[in-house]
Amino acid sequence: MELMVCIKQVPGTSEVDIDEKTGVLKREGIDSKMNPYDLYALETAFRIREERGGTVKVISMGPPQAAAVLFESFMMGADDGILLTDRRFAGADVLATAYTLAQGIEKAGVPDIIVCGKQTTDGDTAQVGPEIAEFLDIPHVTNIRRIVAAEEKTVIVEMDMAETVEIMSVRYPCLISVEKNIYTPRLPSYKRKLEIGDREIIRLSLDDFSDRNELHYGLNGSPTQVLKVFPPAPNTDHDLVRGDSGHLAAYLFERLVERKFIRKDPV
Amino acid sequence: MKYHSLNRADIDFLIGTCDPERVFYGDAISDDFGHDELSDIHHMPDVLVKATCTEEVSEIMQYASRHKIPVTPRGEGTGLVGGAVALHGGIMLNLSLMNRILELDEENLTLTVEAGVLLMEISAFVEKHGLFYPPDPGEKSATIGGNISTNAGGMRAVKYGVTRDFIRGLEVVLPGGEVMELGGKVVKNSSGYSLKDLIIGSEGTLAVVTKAVLRLLPLPARAISLLIPFPDLKTAIETVPEIIKSKSTPTAVEFMERDVILAAEEYLGKKFPDNSSDAYLLLTFDGNSKEEIEAAYDPVARLCLDSGAIDVFISETAERQEAIWSARGAFLEAIKASTTEMDEVDVVVPRNRVAEFITFTRRVENDHGLRIRSFGHSGDGNLHVYLLKDDLPENAWNEKRETAMHTLYTLAREMGGQVSGEHGIGYAKRPYLRQWFGDAGLELMRGIKNVFDPDMILNPGKIF
Repeated sequence: MELMVCIKQVPGTSEVDIDEKTGVLKREGIDSKMNPYDLYALETAFRIREERGGTVKVISMGPPQAAAVLFESFMMGADDGILLTDRRFAGADVLATAYTLAQGIEKAGVPDIIVCGKQTTDGDTAQVGPEIAEFLDIPHVTNIRRIVAAEEKTVIVEMDMAETVEIMSVRYPCLISVEKNIYTPRLPSYKRKLEIGDREIIRLSLDDFSDRNELHYGLNGSPTQVLKVFPPAPNTDHDLVRGDSGHLAAYLFERLVERKFIRKDPV
Repeated sequence: MKYHSLNRADIDFLIGTCDPERVFYGDAISDDFGHDELSDIHHMPDVLVKATCTEEVSEIMQYASRHKIPVTPRGEGTGLVGGAVALHGGIMLNLSLMNRILELDEENLTLTVEAGVLLMEISAFVEKHGLFYPPDPGEKSATIGGNISTNAGGMRAVKYGVTRDFIRGLEVVLPGGEVMELGGKVVKNSSGYSLKDLIIGSEGTLAVVTKAVLRLLPLPARAISLLIPFPDLKTAIETVPEIIKSKSTPTAVEFMERDVILAAEEYLGKKFPDNSSDAYLLLTFDGNSKEEIEAAYDPVARLCLDSGAIDVFISETAERQEAIWSARGAFLEAIKASTTEMDEVDVVVPRNRVAEFITFTRRVENDHGLRIRSFGHSGDGNLHVYLLKDDLPENAWNEKRETAMHTLYTLAREMGGQVSGEHGIGYAKRPYLRQWFGDAGLELMRGIKNVFDPDMILNPGKIF
């Protein structure tokens, strides 16, 4: 079984200040880390490997220092790592990122299952995974809360659609995006760190891809442009309600229904 | 000691002194105020007063002193030895509304707070300012007043020390109602007996703590944890003295067993990052850069592997820390949820005797047919051993508990340990304190009590 996990290096904290004039994140002095959602994708791949055997590769697009998250995934148990790094990839939006990753995956060889996390903590779009699958022309399933079984030719998964759960069987090769908490991710191992030493990472640039048209990558290949980035205004609105617990519960229930967090009459 | 029974006039006085909405009596007092988090001691106060300022506390104490009414100070009631239970009824003085953070002094690195501020509020507040209040007991919803009263320790004691080491000054109300300031924002103090240090750990028997000046440190920029699986508990704990001997400075060294981890998983409904080994050590390191911390933990990680550790797992991000420490924080509640009733031992022994003590608890478990679970601060020698009733009938439980407790405390004493590492004596551990100190030692303590509180109105029935 060949598995590949898409991972990303993101800012180490969600409280990154934004320069309101330039709209740029103030990254100085801010650590970076692996996108937390990717830890669940990695763990899913490791569990499938434990069942079926095979290898887990990781792939990431980013600047040279993004190699750190590939090493971290080695410490968690990944076998190989590919870093797509090239100045011409810079400034990519969701579509250009997905296209670059699809090109990299095609170059490395499309595996049986590509596993993605739900989304990233710095982009929050949850679109890159499905778009990679579209570019590679393979089936994809998102919102996966459980892997029922990885079989010879298909993987059976539970897709969480908020009010319904759909169980489906997907043929390889395919791409799946898993929910947070599908499994508790394992921790990086110091022992493995000693074993890995300086394991080589495969670095690919635009020149390694089948499509070498620069207009398809980075800022050039991005149909969406960010006009403005600003920190959300803090909201201090609040209601103070007094009364006994019956009254308070009824009040809360009505407000939650009103704001459509819950339904009055479940279907 | 014969105390005055509360009457209507007393209640009217309290209502007149405080807002009527903050005075509760009879059935209006919630049952929660009749017990603490663990001990099986229940007794309701006659009246519960929620004070909001030092002046109110002072007036209440003056009145209580004049009329010989017992007063039990209380914070959030998270104690484990019955220290905040009104054994003789009377007035329960709840300080949890005195919860204002009064002053952050960045030039003296102190924080002045009222006694009812919660531990978690203190850490959240100072960390926002890049500062650090190191004492870190597991129960974050305890009040600072309660922490001072028991001289609470917590997990970072290995590197930083305990509550006493971080109290610069106190404002207290004496049993007669006099308000006193002890210590202050000063770093050094050789001015006579340290009354401040006498009050810390006195479990509300000498004075009511109303304010505290806490000592702060600069906040280390980052902290990481190492979760280290071992094939068995003995190998794990025997590695601890080696770690200490290696001159490394972890902030915390905790041990945990698989059973307790599984109980926490069930209690929280979420999985721990690893539960495949029988025993674990959990170490934390703090510092200002990744390189500094790596240099600090690297030799310790190698030492653990050489001493038989199966691996060393590294947790350096907020998500990973949360997965580990939320479980660690739930151990007590998880063990509690796994049984019908329990009793605890909070002894502290010299650090190189921890392995021996824990091995001995296994023998006590077998000899007495009593389920015993433990976890604790192996780095500072403070053990939390829980005796669990499960399905035992009442008589058998009481008998087994008593003999097992006696055996455990006797061993701790023989090892040069102390009755309580951080939970205090309260009501529940009084017989053991007597066993330790003997008549002469207790006479000294009684003498001190007598100077502060000759009428024995403040938290009677505790410690002695």
